[in-house]
Amino acid sequence: MEVYLDIVASGVLTGLVYGLMALGLSVIFGVVRVVNFAHGELTVAAMYMAWVMAGSLGADPLLTLPVIAAALFAVGYLLQRHLVERFIGRPEHEQFMLLLAVSIIILNGLLLVYGPDARHVQVEYAYDSFELGPMLLDTVRVYAAGAAVALALGLYLFFRFTDLGTAIRACADNLLGAQVVGLDVRRLYALTFGIGCAVVGASGTLMVLMRDATPQLAVQLTLLAFIVVIIGGLGSMAGALVGGVLIGVSEALAGFLLTPSLKSLFSYGLLILVLLLRPEGLMGKRT
Amino acid sequence: MTDRLRPSRRTLIQGAAAAGLAAALPLRARAQAPALKIGVILPRSGYLAPAGQSCQRGVDIAPQVLSDLGHRVEVVSVDFESNVDLARTQAEKLIADGAQVLVGAFDSGGTSAIAQVCEQKAVPLVINVAAAPQITEQGFKYVFRNFPTSVMLVRNGLALMKEMFKATNVTPKSGIFIHANDTFGQANRQAIDRLFPTLDMPFKLTDAIAYDPRAQDLSVEVAKCKASGADFVIVTTRAGDAIRLIREMVKQRYEPKGIVSPGSPGMYDQEFYDGLGGYSDYTITNLPWPNFNAPITKRLGDAFAKRFPQNRFGVDAFNVGFTFEAMLVAADASKRAGSRDPRAIAEALRSTDIADHVMTGGTISFDAKGQNNNIGSATVQNLKKTPTVVLPREAATAKPVFPMPGWRGRQA
Repeated sequence: MEVYLDIVASGVLTGLVYGLMALGLSVIFGVVRVVNFAHGELTVAAMYMAWVMAGSLGADPLLTLPVIAAALFAVGYLLQRHLVERFIGRPEHEQFMLLLAVSIIILNGLLLVYGPDARHVQVEYAYDSFELGPMLLDTVRVYAAGAAVALALGLYLFFRFTDLGTAIRACADNLLGAQVVGLDVRRLYALTFGIGCAVVGASGTLMVLMRDATPQLAVQLTLLAFIVVIIGGLGSMAGALVGGVLIGVSEALAGFLLTPSLKSLFSYGLLILVLLLRPEGLMGKRT
Repeated sequence: MTDRLRPSRRTLIQGAAAAGLAAALPLRARAQAPALKIGVILPRSGYLAPAGQSCQRGVDIAPQVLSDLGHRVEVVSVDFESNVDLARTQAEKLIADGAQVLVGAFDSGGTSAIAQVCEQKAVPLVINVAAAPQITEQGFKYVFRNFPTSVMLVRNGLALMKEMFKATNVTPKSGIFIHANDTFGQANRQAIDRLFPTLDMPFKLTDAIAYDPRAQDLSVEVAKCKASGADFVIVTTRAGDAIRLIREMVKQRYEPKGIVSPGSPGMYDQEFYDGLGGYSDYTITNLPWPNFNAPITKRLGDAFAKRFPQNRFGVDAFNVGFTFEAMLVAADASKRAGSRDPRAIAEALRSTDIADHVMTGGTISFDAKGQNNNIGSATVQNLKKTPTVVLPREAATAKPVFPMPGWRGRQA
């Protein structure tokens, strides 16, 4: 029984970080209505930033997280303002091609600068575990998941209780209405894209505690984020976290009960099931 | 008298011509035959990069050491990025660029792909490291392997485990086999399945777990090992996955009596020591190991120390040794054939008989399938972050530590 508790707990903790990563995708789509196909590449770029800072400054990724999130915010803001904005309102396949091109450029840039080898960040608590009753919790995962929950909560409070957050939500809910009341939609879109990318930066920084940074990881992470948001509901913040946890736990249990090589099979199985039974996602709005 | 001694203009011209000819002749005689062009394919990047780069260090020092032994080689090195498809393309490119022999490729999957190209193009491939048995079981005429097959590795590895239990008077109750799910890992799995029941092993094998060698998270795999109650773990790792596996064992406080590999890479790489520090100690790999007393090994070690002062020959010796030997085998065949023609070299490779070589074992020679069957194994245990031979007793430089001490008290 203890082993099942350990595995479920590990799945939940990992899933929360997955959820935070998917949250970035969900926020951007929910407001700007553009699907960021460079999501995994931006996450991996953040992982490399954390690795570089850990190597050069000896800084724990948990401490460099705000810096990396701020840097990614700037990247996202500029990307939206100078590139993506020109494609808003254009056919979806054109938006897809644009962001695919951005992802290829980032991926090859990372390969050019860092090469294809895996980079690992070593932290002091890398080998530690917490005992919680009969459970044994990996310290790294506990810290990463705790930070992910705190960031998601902060994001929720921002959108719910600040004027800027309310204005962004207004753009998402009724674009015409937002324009009529005089909101600067272009600026709000850029801010939203920046916020989405900052979340990606934060999740990449947390991810590097659990996984090695390698350019090849980008495509897997993009796919993973899509699976999570489709299961949770595209545009739903809570859905992203729920989707992440579901994927984390189902992969962990499938690996344990069946064979570890079949872990991904369950993610995709779950995805197909949700698409068949509830296409809008578990917490998405019916259209 | 004086006039007779004075040379005429014609005599001077003739003398000068003769002197010129005399000077030129030795030069022509001294001019060396063109060097043998060896194409080397290794996974210098990607998930097998640590081992590929370690092998490459052997390639880098080989031309000088071979030159000292009377062989001239020109080396063209390429990286296949741990990608089987790229291995095939790189092999075709090397042959198109004039490589007369190929050497590689550390990985069984990559080597299988290269072997097919070499067979099609009738260019010999001398394998440095790759154990999947099927590589030399397909009737290829241009493939020569100076490395044990998985079956040989596992048979030797299991025998050495029994020897270790006997030497330490400690026998585990049950074991679990966890392996990378690639060509080499699958080959080892088949060998274990086939050999374990026939070798009268003193413990039962409860389960076998396959995992993706590129997987970043091995927590479930380790949880499964722990839940099985096995007190002995047999592993077939590849590189970074070995680090992740041990790290998870430490985190989950899973403390088996021993962690032993029947000949896979990962646990004797510098990356393993750097990544795990004190946690790397006491893990064991049963694999062919260099004979450090052989004169050629000393020569290789000296060249290595001179060229790579930052690296430890004692750590790289397996990869460097086998890679150098593959190049030696190719150069030796070309020399005996008196030719750089790939077909003539392949013919000469079939009668290879090299007694003075680096790795422990008998002479290097190939059977009809192109397999060298004279390679033995040793039990190499990590002690003070250094691979140390602990068995067989005649080659040991330290005693085996079994069961291994727990994780507590160790430092990364």
